[in-house]
Amino acid sequence: MLLSLEPRGQQSRLMLWCSPLLAAVLTLGCGSLLFIALGHDPLLTLHTLLIAPISDWYGVSELLVKALPILLCALGLAVAYQARIWNIGAEGQLLLGALASSALAVSIIDMQSRWALVMILLVGTLAGAAWAGLTAWLRTRFNTNEILTSIMLNYIALNLLLFCVHGPLKDPAGYNFPESAMFGDASRLPLLLKDGRVHAGVYFALLALVAVWVLLQKSFIGFQIKVLGLDKRAAGFVGFREKRLIWLVLLISGGLAGLAGVCEVTGPIGQLVPQVSPGYGYAAITVAFLGRLNPIGILFSSLLMALLYIGGESAQMSMNLPQAITQLFQGMMLFFLLASDVLILYHPRLNLRWTRRATATAVPAGVL
Amino acid sequence: MACAPKWCPIQDQNRAGGRPPRPNNKGRHTFLTEWPGNCFIHRHNFKRPEPVMPNPVPIPDQTPRLRLRNISKRYPGCLANDAIDLSIAPGEIHALLGENGAGKSTLMKIIYGVTQADSGDVIWQGQRVSLRNPAQARSLGIGMVFQHFSLFETLSVAQNIALAMGAAAGTPKQLEPKIREVSRRYGMALEPERLVHSLSIGERQRVEIIRCLMQDIRLLILDEPTSVLTPQEADDLFITLRRLAAEGCSILFISHKLGEVRALCHSATVLRGGRVAGHCVPAECSDQQLAQLMVGKAATLITDYPKVAGGRVFLDIQGLSWLNPDPFGCSLKNISLEVCSGEIVGVAGVAGNGQDELLALLSGEARLNRNDAATINFAGLPVACLHPDARRRLGLAFVPAERLGHGAVPQLSLADNALLTAFQQGLVSKGMIRRSKVEALAEAIIHRFGVKTPDTRTPAKSLSGGNLQKFILGREILQQPKLLVAAHPTWGVDVGAAATIHRALIALRDAGAAILVISEDLDELFQIADRLGALCGGRLSPLHATVDTRLSDVGGWMAGQFNAPHSPVPATA
Repeated sequence: MLLSLEPRGQQSRLMLWCSPLLAAVLTLGCGSLLFIALGHDPLLTLHTLLIAPISDWYGVSELLVKALPILLCALGLAVAYQARIWNIGAEGQLLLGALASSALAVSIIDMQSRWALVMILLVGTLAGAAWAGLTAWLRTRFNTNEILTSIMLNYIALNLLLFCVHGPLKDPAGYNFPESAMFGDASRLPLLLKDGRVHAGVYFALLALVAVWVLLQKSFIGFQIKVLGLDKRAAGFVGFREKRLIWLVLLISGGLAGLAGVCEVTGPIGQLVPQVSPGYGYAAITVAFLGRLNPIGILFSSLLMALLYIGGESAQMSMNLPQAITQLFQGMMLFFLLASDVLILYHPRLNLRWTRRATATAVPAGVL
Repeated sequence: MACAPKWCPIQDQNRAGGRPPRPNNKGRHTFLTEWPGNCFIHRHNFKRPEPVMPNPVPIPDQTPRLRLRNISKRYPGCLANDAIDLSIAPGEIHALLGENGAGKSTLMKIIYGVTQADSGDVIWQGQRVSLRNPAQARSLGIGMVFQHFSLFETLSVAQNIALAMGAAAGTPKQLEPKIREVSRRYGMALEPERLVHSLSIGERQRVEIIRCLMQDIRLLILDEPTSVLTPQEADDLFITLRRLAAEGCSILFISHKLGEVRALCHSATVLRGGRVAGHCVPAECSDQQLAQLMVGKAATLITDYPKVAGGRVFLDIQGLSWLNPDPFGCSLKNISLEVCSGEIVGVAGVAGNGQDELLALLSGEARLNRNDAATINFAGLPVACLHPDARRRLGLAFVPAERLGHGAVPQLSLADNALLTAFQQGLVSKGMIRRSKVEALAEAIIHRFGVKTPDTRTPAKSLSGGNLQKFILGREILQQPKLLVAAHPTWGVDVGAAATIHRALIALRDAGAAILVISEDLDELFQIADRLGALCGGRLSPLHATVDTRLSDVGGWMAGQFNAPHSPVPATA
């Protein structure tokens, strides 16, 4: 064997920081090769993908708009994943948050009070939490696998949403498009910049970031969540209530995803449309793991994911790159990031010569 | 020390055996004698050891069945085996002794081909071999019985054996008579058609051994085989092993129980810290001497603690019955037990006779209905329906059998593991963890109980078994419990740590706590318990004062003979 991995026994602090850098270098290198092979100037392409989208304030604001729902969903998922509750249903919880809040927003479209927004935000968050609560109930009552139930609930949520925009919530003055009416101004999140779409949802995200960080790092509940995830028997042995914790993490996770849904419909979109989410809930799963379930890490990884989304779109438009190529580039980056993480726990050893291999000699008969 | 143990440092062999003097410093590992190895005890001011005893059974000048030369194996962060030499003659029963972490398991894995040595030679019947996997080791005639059995519970004995043998097994019709024949020849009764889940632990071990004997076996490795057996079952096993050895099969016997090693083994190699600490003839050494060879310090390791009578009843179990939902598990039947403040009650029993179930009901991991809450009482308060944290508030502390994954979370730091059970001791305020207090507690545990660790941030899994057990016990004791339930407190723990743990338990008893110890180690129970009983098939024998109990009485209780005439023996037990 020429290259072998050997366990380090302990996490390497150095590699913890270096592995993202290594991954970045590898991605840029391999990405350049890919673009050269396709006949594009690699530097220009990388610039279009990674730098041009955030070269002005508008771009930064777009990045934040894109990163916001991913960040909110991923923060919630991180809480659930710390408890080893594999909630795959952030997408459905986000959609349901959007749906419920839109239903309320449409019915109070003429309300002028700022309380309208508060109510809408509350309803959306609760709806997301309730949707996750279904999963929690199935898990704690019938011991069903939360991966399966949460995925299936995603499809139910999507179809509920489609039913509503095609039916009860459809704008009567909307030329039969499957969209709700535009929300009243009082139910829209205020914008933060004059020439950008970034909105007050950013504050919620920062608040959630701090709250999740405190929950996981400082609070005793967070400790219980971690113990439950690492070692269920130990949690039972000291009397941490498994079912309560499962409910808690799923409600937090669903609530944050629901909030992400509300922020989308009351922020940049302003109405309920079938394409509320281009898969934010699924992207958040990747982002949560990429950030190593750490709130700070998730902040960076959600920004990175958003950048890849936006850069891919602009490369399609300005350079005529097929979407598949940008997706390939995204995939490459994720692959290298996760592959470099191996180096945190293992160190590679290069054997320049083949190790000697003495073969076993057969035992001659009659030695005994 | 009264007399020098008969270990055999290499210098004396040379003098006694007339072998050529070995080159001094450089050639430590290159020169080999029939008794290879180096003795470190010797540097201390003990008496000069006596010359080596020739091995009583094997004929001299015979090629050793297995010889290890200079075996070294490094794992990240530790040198598990450091230049180990070992030689086993045909027909020899050779003991491998050592504390936990001394490198016994690594050495066995190297011999059985599970893992490969970094350097050194394995010489099998005079030929150098490299063992790359267990299948190859088996083809050479090396068999191994692991401590944890690898049997399929839903298959029959014959099917399990056929799976291990592969094509050589033939059809079941051909195999079953062979199994019967082998089991008859070695005096191990076994029915090939029976399903494994219906077998007792002792019978399952026989399946493992017979599985090794079905092929032409020349070296049988047994990893702590008696840890799961009653004393009577262990005696039966020894008869089998002696018969096997008489037929020329070599046996490598790993055990913690020094008495057994002395009774069974012709010779012993003692490992300490990955090196050979010495060789000896166990029959000529006392337990104390063997233990010192293993631990390497002259501390008093085996002490007699005074027996006491307890004060007021703290733990009171009345007619506890519990139906196990697991069909293969053990149900508890009408258990009654009282533990008083200031006494240690010991419960013996072979694993799987209801210990786990009783422990779960005591800790609160399994709970009864509110109606039955009064079957378990703490100082008169019914607790059988309470969660573990509520019971801990009433004074319970608990040391579970499994240290990693039950008593401690492997990945978490020692500080976090201190918080794990002590969170009701003012370590949490308004829902937030008080880090400084947690650190202080972990420091206190490490300091007071001599836990060897770099710092409190070390993950629990990187501690050795004995060290972690000291930490867990310390964590529970520093909570000043009124009742401590300890399951197998010194299971797989080295002699030195076991003595520390016993002293801590006795000190806690003398401070007035009620202590219940559930253990399979009868020596331990006789040493520390004030009253004794045994579990068998989910029933608990009546309890008797330890001073009035003989080992054979407990053996009978463990086999379910609760009504056997119990004759008090005058104060010699």
